[in-house]
Amino acid sequence: MNTKKTTFNNRLLPYLLLAPQLFITLVFFIWPAGQAVKSSFEREDPFGLSTVFVGLLHYQRLFEDPNYLSALSRTAVFAVSVTALSMILGLAFAAAVDRLMRSGKIYTTLLVWPYAVAPVVAGVLWWFLFNSTTGLMPFFLEKIGIHWDHDLNGTQAMILIIIAAAWKQVSYNFLFFLAGLQSVPQSLMEAAAIDGSGPVKRFFTISLPLLSPTTFFLFIINVNYTMFDTFPIVDATTVGGPAQATTTLVYKVYQDGYLGLNLGSSSAQSVLLMMIVMVLTFVQFRYVERRVQY
Amino acid sequence: MLKKLTFAAAALALSATTSLAATEVTWWHAMGGELGKKLEEIAAKFNESQADYKVVPVYKGSYPETLTAAIAAFRANQQPAIVQVFEVGTGTMMAAKGAVYPVYKLMADQGESFDKSAYLAPVVGYYSDTEGNILSLPFNSSTPILYYNKDVFKKAGLDPEVSPKTWEEVEQFSKKIVSSGAAKCGFTSAWITWVQTENLSALHDQPFGTLDNGFGGLKTEFTFNGKVQVKHWGNLKKWQDEGLFKYGGPVGGDQAATMFYAQECAMTMNSSAGRAGVINNAKDFTPGFGPLPYYADEIKEPKNSIIGGATLWVLNGKDKDVYKGVAKFFSYLSKPDVQADWHQFTGYLPITNAAYELGKTQGYYAKNPGSDIAIEQITRGTPSANSKGVRFGNFTQVRTIVDEEFQGLLAGNKDAKQALDSAVSRGNKLLREFEAAN
Repeated sequence: MNTKKTTFNNRLLPYLLLAPQLFITLVFFIWPAGQAVKSSFEREDPFGLSTVFVGLLHYQRLFEDPNYLSALSRTAVFAVSVTALSMILGLAFAAAVDRLMRSGKIYTTLLVWPYAVAPVVAGVLWWFLFNSTTGLMPFFLEKIGIHWDHDLNGTQAMILIIIAAAWKQVSYNFLFFLAGLQSVPQSLMEAAAIDGSGPVKRFFTISLPLLSPTTFFLFIINVNYTMFDTFPIVDATTVGGPAQATTTLVYKVYQDGYLGLNLGSSSAQSVLLMMIVMVLTFVQFRYVERRVQY
Repeated sequence: MLKKLTFAAAALALSATTSLAATEVTWWHAMGGELGKKLEEIAAKFNESQADYKVVPVYKGSYPETLTAAIAAFRANQQPAIVQVFEVGTGTMMAAKGAVYPVYKLMADQGESFDKSAYLAPVVGYYSDTEGNILSLPFNSSTPILYYNKDVFKKAGLDPEVSPKTWEEVEQFSKKIVSSGAAKCGFTSAWITWVQTENLSALHDQPFGTLDNGFGGLKTEFTFNGKVQVKHWGNLKKWQDEGLFKYGGPVGGDQAATMFYAQECAMTMNSSAGRAGVINNAKDFTPGFGPLPYYADEIKEPKNSIIGGATLWVLNGKDKDVYKGVAKFFSYLSKPDVQADWHQFTGYLPITNAAYELGKTQGYYAKNPGSDIAIEQITRGTPSANSKGVRFGNFTQVRTIVDEEFQGLLAGNKDAKQALDSAVSRGNKLLREFEAAN
């Protein structure tokens, strides 16, 4: 068993080999994160001319702010919906393409396309489709008796950003699920088929359990995506409105910090967001990973 | 973070080319499309007029984006010499004493003549400190006016040459328009905050906030939840329910223009700088222009409207040569012919009295009916403390709050009084925050 283990005689070499990665992590993650923590304890004017230490004031304000608390629950709804929708759809598409003998490549290419679209463009696209004045969807929805106006209806606005954000992520999930499905040993499937189990049963009893590492990985990636990468989509489709109905935590960070120039509060919010995601990831690894079979 | 890096990179790229003979003066602005082209033309003409300085205009996106970009650049020591800041950012810029080189001081230091009485009174008042010193150069100032569709008016049996003077008339006209089927909605509006709240307050001589609407300094409180504002917001909600009014969206209300161009709404209220766009987009109908309506039972003679648009701020930390160039350029910009050209092309106000006079002698207003409505509206009567303008810290965020509360009102979650009360108390919190940071 020891054949694969390499022993370094030089004590410095392993550190040297790790150095580039450590350096990048330090410069691009630890340092900015440290800056965020530092400025979350400070109050600073936009130009950075005067800085005052205010301790936990920003955090205290946030927990007293009903808008922040509702953004928390809103983000939970958003994250769960987008993750569920994009993973279920990604898996469904992957299963469908996996069954194809021919033209599977074409479908794969087509399905991966949305991933190449920049989030802002995706947002604008859905904004156009659902624009209550000029959009195509409200026109059809009106025919089946649904009045669409996400400029005023918060629930509709939420549905819109969930669709837009999920649409963008389906491709990614699809690609991983497809790769996972294609690595399921053919012999297992054949044996099951000979034993008389149909395609649906084979999928749920063989493919799906074997996909559990992929699913777990995608689960974490998707939650992170909804938490951090979705603000351009919100910005381009609903601008966080109406009346903050689509202001998620990350969008609030952007709004208060970048547009409102309230750097202290924005930093405090991003620190909290970082902590939320860390806790979530920890929980996922601690409890969900036990069910994963590698 | 990424944006900050790109700013720095762009600034570096710019500074790398400064080894030319002419001193470069960078000018960050927020004018896209047609306005941007015109602005670049002005800079090019200035560059041709002399050989010592070269003004380099750089488009930085929307107003808030330009302001944020300039601030980020300032913190990274890569700031432009001139930055165009919208009126909402005025409070922020005024408070940033160490970052700003006040225009009156710059002009005096560089020996350029600068007579503030040459500029339109309401514009000067807005951008002066409490001692009356003008801090930034007025460049593109606008004020909201009413646009209407003459063809729809005719179809509805209304006189196409008469725009509604009062809100009562807006309601009557809209009812006629909708019931006759001439258009689906009577009116819409861009900028709910600016047009239907700030300007509404000014027109009816109602305070928007204490301490002369914030002109008196910090420690102000918002007061825009008064009787007239509550009445108006309540009416807008009522008119929405009756199908007379349609919401054009938050912030600038981009959809208001779309609905007006598509002839869905017969009237819209928007910045006078929207004039060029209206003329270009009104392909199938004749547009008409009018002053903003008022409530005849609230005030006999409406006050002047207040300005929007932007001014040019000079940032600290540049070489002496650069400031010399900035001063020369500002003198050039204030010339009557340069100003009149910009004003007539864009629909922004002429910022100097001389430019307005020049337009008159050129016969521009006679040839283009309605083009002087904005300037007449903003200069009518004597401005009161309530109609001088509004100037508060954190005002970008306050406007967001007003938008949110208005959406809450239209969605039926709150009545007008509750929505405005909530906007006032949320806004006051931001004012306190601003004071603490400055």
